[in-house]
Amino acid sequence: MRQTPLHDVHVRLGAKMVEFGGWHMPVQYGSILDETRCVRERAGLFDLGHMGRISITGPDRVAWLDRLCTNYVERIPDGSIRYTLMCRADGNPIDDLLVYKGADEVYLVVNASNTDAVLAWMEEQRAGFDVEIDHRTSRETMIALQGPAALEVLATVTTDCDLGKLGYYKYTFGTVCGRANTRISRTGYTGENGFELYFPNAEAEGIWQALADAGAAAGVQPIGLGARDTLRLEAGMPLYGHEIDAAHNPVEADLGFALSFVQEKGDWIGRDALLAVRSAPTRKLVGLVTDGPRVPRQGYKLFHADHEVGEVVSGAVSPTLNTNIGTAYVPTDLGNPGTELQMDVRGKRQTVVLRELPFYSRTRK
Amino acid sequence: MRPNDRHYLPSHEWIKITGDTALIGITDFAVDELSSGNEGDLVYCDLPEVGRTLEDGETFGEIESVKAVADLNTPLAGEVVEINPAIEDHLEILSEDPWDRGWLIKIKLATKDTSKLLDAEGYEALLASQN
Repeated sequence: MRQTPLHDVHVRLGAKMVEFGGWHMPVQYGSILDETRCVRERAGLFDLGHMGRISITGPDRVAWLDRLCTNYVERIPDGSIRYTLMCRADGNPIDDLLVYKGADEVYLVVNASNTDAVLAWMEEQRAGFDVEIDHRTSRETMIALQGPAALEVLATVTTDCDLGKLGYYKYTFGTVCGRANTRISRTGYTGENGFELYFPNAEAEGIWQALADAGAAAGVQPIGLGARDTLRLEAGMPLYGHEIDAAHNPVEADLGFALSFVQEKGDWIGRDALLAVRSAPTRKLVGLVTDGPRVPRQGYKLFHADHEVGEVVSGAVSPTLNTNIGTAYVPTDLGNPGTELQMDVRGKRQTVVLRELPFYSRTRK
Repeated sequence: MRPNDRHYLPSHEWIKITGDTALIGITDFAVDELSSGNEGDLVYCDLPEVGRTLEDGETFGEIESVKAVADLNTPLAGEVVEINPAIEDHLEILSEDPWDRGWLIKIKLATKDTSKLLDAEGYEALLASQN
């Protein structure tokens, strides 16, 4: 199992460590529910060193990525970030990722569990394009600071950069905790205001500790992958292997905002298949809540009038909504908010009610 | 050392025999695995109806935490004669006292053959081998 440069820090903090995407990662330091509340109410510090990071350079980088990615890469302004997917010809995703568009490079952040698949896919697709692929995951690491106190805390340790002016899904380079030229992006996977920071492995422990110290008075705590999953689900953000995978495409997952079918982008891998799905969708991703005691879990079947109609793909206890939440695929005609379905929990039925996604929005409370 | 007045399954249930009946519960290790030491992370415990007959090793219920669901298995065959009425609304009892107040069900034993079960020493050895 691979370890991030912060592995020993987590062990010293008493984290429960688990395997995740081939990495030995902290799932929780204390209570998952408390860690979720900490990010919603104060702020939390996340080790994201397992995420795959790949820098693309070379003269054809943008044209090539426009062939591989679902969104219109050429149109992303320099210094901006977009959510996108890489699909196979059948329209099913290999991964979802963030694209950082720079003046002379495009920087990609992909899922830990899919990094190898993405790299293999890029090798397969690079013929005829003049691009350089630099896989940086083992050299650089990544920390996130997320929550209402994130800006104020990060500002105390950041110089030569006005974080307050850095827009959502924008990035810049600044000096963080004394480390110059740190990539700072206003992104996250929690639904809160926050930042993701990228720097060489050797700086990891020092920056983690400096951020923890800077945030101590504001109540900043380290947050594990357990709460990260609850936070992203509350915020309606997809997770590969759940809302999307090799059998669940981005049209069905309601990720149309990340798909560009405009002529100027040209053809891209998966475009025809996704256009076909879009013209005749059969199922859709929905949110669901249940006041029953059981927590929705991936794989639980959903029933309507005793017919199996769908399947849960994610679930969690939501401390923010004070109920149990989940996402599921159901036929499009059964997907309206307010629809009641029965969830089979290992032989017992529990009523669930469909709900519009996201469950939680920082700006629409 | 865990209590040596009872027997254990490798799946972390205990059974304590008194006469023709026995109490069944789960070990502190099981509780900690599910809740990671946070009693609030246990969310639900599903127990059987009184009167249900259970075979050796049969799953009689489920316990659920924020992140996982685990089966509850009976170490010995028997008929369920009582369930602990306090558990459903007070899962924290399992964290506080899994050995006495945290019993889950009481069965009328169909057998008292404990030869296939672990004793406290065997259970400790099992846990040690997993670490």
